[in-house]
Amino acid sequence: MTSTLTISHLTKSFGGVKALSDVSLHVAPGERVALLGHNGAGKSTLMKVILGLITADSGEVSVCGAGPGGPIARAKVAYLPENATFHSALTGLEQITYYLRLRGERTSGAMALLDKVGLGHAAKRRIGTYSKGMRQRVGLAQSLIGHPDLLVLDEPTSGLDPVSRRDFYELLDGLAAEGAAILLSSHALTEVEARTDRLLILSGGQMVATGSLPELRREAALPVSMHITAINGYDADIISILPNAIRVGSALHLSCSQEGKLATLAKIANLKDKVSDIDVIPPSLEDIYSHFSRRDGQ
Amino acid sequence: MIARILATAMTEAHIARRNRWVLIAVALMVVFSLVLSAVGAAPSGGLGADRLSVTVASLTSLSVYLVPLVALLMSFDAVAGEVERGTLPLLLTYPVARWEILAGKLVAHTGILVIALIAGYGAAALIAVVNDPAAAAGFGALWRLTWTSTLLGATFLGIGYALSSLAQRASGAAGLAIGLWLGLVVLYDLALLAAVVADDGGTFTTQFFPAALLANPADAFRLFNLTASQATAAASGIGAAAASVALWKSLLSVLVWPLIALGLATRAFRKVEP
Repeated sequence: MTSTLTISHLTKSFGGVKALSDVSLHVAPGERVALLGHNGAGKSTLMKVILGLITADSGEVSVCGAGPGGPIARAKVAYLPENATFHSALTGLEQITYYLRLRGERTSGAMALLDKVGLGHAAKRRIGTYSKGMRQRVGLAQSLIGHPDLLVLDEPTSGLDPVSRRDFYELLDGLAAEGAAILLSSHALTEVEARTDRLLILSGGQMVATGSLPELRREAALPVSMHITAINGYDADIISILPNAIRVGSALHLSCSQEGKLATLAKIANLKDKVSDIDVIPPSLEDIYSHFSRRDGQ
Repeated sequence: MIARILATAMTEAHIARRNRWVLIAVALMVVFSLVLSAVGAAPSGGLGADRLSVTVASLTSLSVYLVPLVALLMSFDAVAGEVERGTLPLLLTYPVARWEILAGKLVAHTGILVIALIAGYGAAALIAVVNDPAAAAGFGALWRLTWTSTLLGATFLGIGYALSSLAQRASGAAGLAIGLWLGLVVLYDLALLAAVVADDGGTFTTQFFPAALLANPADAFRLFNLTASQATAAASGIGAAAASVALWKSLLSVLVWPLIALGLATRAFRKVEP
């Protein structure tokens, strides 16, 4: 199946400073892809290029088989900006009705959309009276209008409470199941891990890693740490067999490479008369993320 | 296309109603029209004109100042406000052309202006008709004043959108709008008058002065209305001085200026990078 979004060798600089350099990516229909990166890594710039709001210096972007920002692409792409804002004098219902009209959809669906994001009760209040989370949900509602082929979501869950976040990802799952391609940026690594198919990590305007979390974990090859609790008095015996273990409080801490993991565990299993408990701690998401985003001298 | 323009127009109308712009525009026009029609009532006997024609001449002088002001006040925020609020990037990802957004805003703002004009001129006309049975003769002039005021308003709305796009900050756009209003509506005439006086009937007065009047939308509007109603006697200054300009020239200027202003606005808005 062809990709909904394909970007190859994209470069964009602002006044001599490279915001994006040689970025390539693709998002297939039904795929949920998370775009990660530190502040200023180029996530928002990349999204604006995809939306056609700014033009790239070089490279190719294909959105739903058309150029970014053209009439075909705009009809098929939905966007949720970071910190979605609206005119404070309009009510939620008026704002959504406006967006429905612009997309040529029936305005009778406005209330249903607001109900879907849990704003039905506030539909006739001015957006100026809304909380940040409620404004964000107006933004979500407008991104669900019609059946977009591609959703570009810039930190969609910022400002949402945990329950709303879960509801939001359920909405996304539904859209992806219907064939929508989703590209979202986020700083919340744990929710991204559970709810997306693939991760892209941008750092200093370059794509430094791409793949599913297990793939990235393998690629990063970060050490695994193990916490061993010895049966009283056997600490010294264990240290003699595992010389790189260090004593931390009453436990022994040990780290080993991914390849050495099984061998180390076998050694520990041989000591089972002397070990009361063991915890194996894989590298955390944060560890993997910092590993990739700090590479290349960042 | 029409649906998208109307969608924007409806949204802008909601915003203008909530922000009290409709009320402010109507109140301004009604209050000034009533004051003028009360003050302007005195000379009607001596001029041999009906009272409504005299009122229209006074309203023309008023509208030259007030209509551009109200139009600029409504339009200076149109693009800069969207940029500052951060609502523009999202709007521009919708399948709507930039000119359609501007056209929608123009429809709404012009509509509000027309309501204010009808309320203001209507109130003044009512007083004239009640007090002078012959005033019905002035309805032609009143109708002409109303549609030319609408075009004058559209011109300054367009100029306001262009300034708003250029400034990209509401405060900057407001400053530019006030400066432009002062320049085109107040200082321009003063400068021309000074030049005419200094020139004393020389080539400037005969060659450049008429062209300079036609080049300014506010002056062209005044010139057209006063020439068409032959009410130059009731007006002083520029109107009387330029009675020699043919009617079709000022009409052309009144008709073409809105198109020029909207062209400028669309060009400026195209250059806004969200």
